[in-house]
Amino acid sequence: MSEGGAEGEARGSGDVVILVHSTSHAVHIERRLVARGVPCRMIPVPRHLSSDCGACVQVPGEHAEAAREAVAASGIEIQGIVPL
Amino acid sequence: MIYFDNAATSWPKPPCVAEAMARFLAEVGANPGRAGHRLAVEAARLVYGAREAVAELFHAPDPLRVVFGANATDALNLALLGLLRPGDHVVTSSVEHNSVMRPLRALEAQGVAVTVVPCSAAGELDPEALEAALVPATRMIVLTHASNVCGTLLPVAEVGGLARRRGLLFLLDAAQTAGAVPIDVEAQAIDLLAFSGHKSLCGPMGTGGLVIGERVDVTALTPLKYGGTGSRSEREEQPEFLPDRCESGTPNAVGLAGLAAAVRWVQERGVERVRDHERGLTAELLAGLSAIPGALVYGPGDAGRQTATVSFNVAGLAPSEVGLRLDEEHGVLCRVGLHCSPAAHRTLGTFPGGTVRFGLGVFNTSAEVARAVEGVRRLASEAR
Repeated sequence: MSEGGAEGEARGSGDVVILVHSTSHAVHIERRLVARGVPCRMIPVPRHLSSDCGACVQVPGEHAEAAREAVAASGIEIQGIVPL
Repeated sequence: MIYFDNAATSWPKPPCVAEAMARFLAEVGANPGRAGHRLAVEAARLVYGAREAVAELFHAPDPLRVVFGANATDALNLALLGLLRPGDHVVTSSVEHNSVMRPLRALEAQGVAVTVVPCSAAGELDPEALEAALVPATRMIVLTHASNVCGTLLPVAEVGGLARRRGLLFLLDAAQTAGAVPIDVEAQAIDLLAFSGHKSLCGPMGTGGLVIGERVDVTALTPLKYGGTGSRSEREEQPEFLPDRCESGTPNAVGLAGLAAAVRWVQERGVERVRDHERGLTAELLAGLSAIPGALVYGPGDAGRQTATVSFNVAGLAPSEVGLRLDEEHGVLCRVGLHCSPAAHRTLGTFPGGTVRFGLGVFNTSAEVARAVEGVRRLASEAR
């Protein structure tokens, strides 16, 4: 049911998460990552990273730079890209 | 049965709309944006898909600046009450729906100056007359794209250009045109586009929204509602970013799933093609009604200058009687009266009696138009 690209690939200690303002923003980012072939998946915001109750986007560490470029190209403001 | 009340809400809907809504209820069901589990994420994707479809249809660059509400009235209230302040001046036309006039009259009581620029007896607006109404305090121009009473199209691109030149916000009420007439918020310089989801976009009732352009300062847009958004939950203040700033509370996600399917259906069919179809039917209807002795048609009388909404009266019969007899004797369902637009009826000279309104839609046919015209011809003949 997911359109979230290569779900399940974004695991491991080197992963980063893209923290965004809302779940709408998370889907916005996810769409653009998928379009660029960057593996990603949407996960609940880890409690140790933020008190938000919504979703964020997880990306394998080796794709962090590609994710940063996609976020920059999307033109939207994010809260940050941080290690998981 | 012939359904000619599409100006109130379109019916039937494309089958994909009910399918998308049933799928949401059966397979998704969760609250979008309120959690990170798979169903909440899937619901959020569906709602985002609706934003994306709407943004594409209207050539708006940013899906996140599409704010959903229950209808075009919600959107118009948000834009008007959210942006205008005492001391501001706003200009509008004399063919507006009460979804514009009532918020404006409420604002007027709070110190917002309102100028209503008269339209012609056919509902046409002269952009020069509108320009002459602008004063230094003018902050916004709000116009309907087309009269909901007689279908007259207003000069959107000209007024958008004027607003841009004069540094004003331009709010367009596209309740009657979204999905039926091409709209390009960038080419037509529309800063705020209020749309209905359940009319020519073919979505379900309970859907509509406001497309907010880049020239609108979001921090100066006061929300109509405050509450939970699923974001910034640690704060007790309303978020400043869109769409959350203006979308508190659980959204109509099942409706938006239907709207997303509907807008994609409209896109596949093509708004230009819809417009061509409806223009053809309107020309047939105008020709048919105009040839009936005792029938009086309002509006420009030219299918190229109006939507597929046509108002008329029959000499010797009240609109309510025409409507009832068209339903009972000829199976034609339409709307009679003032259509929530006393201003437009005063402009047309049909206040307070009102008119009979045929609102044609994408699924109507030439055969239906011919049968309805024949029904009106019989009623008119019997009344003479």
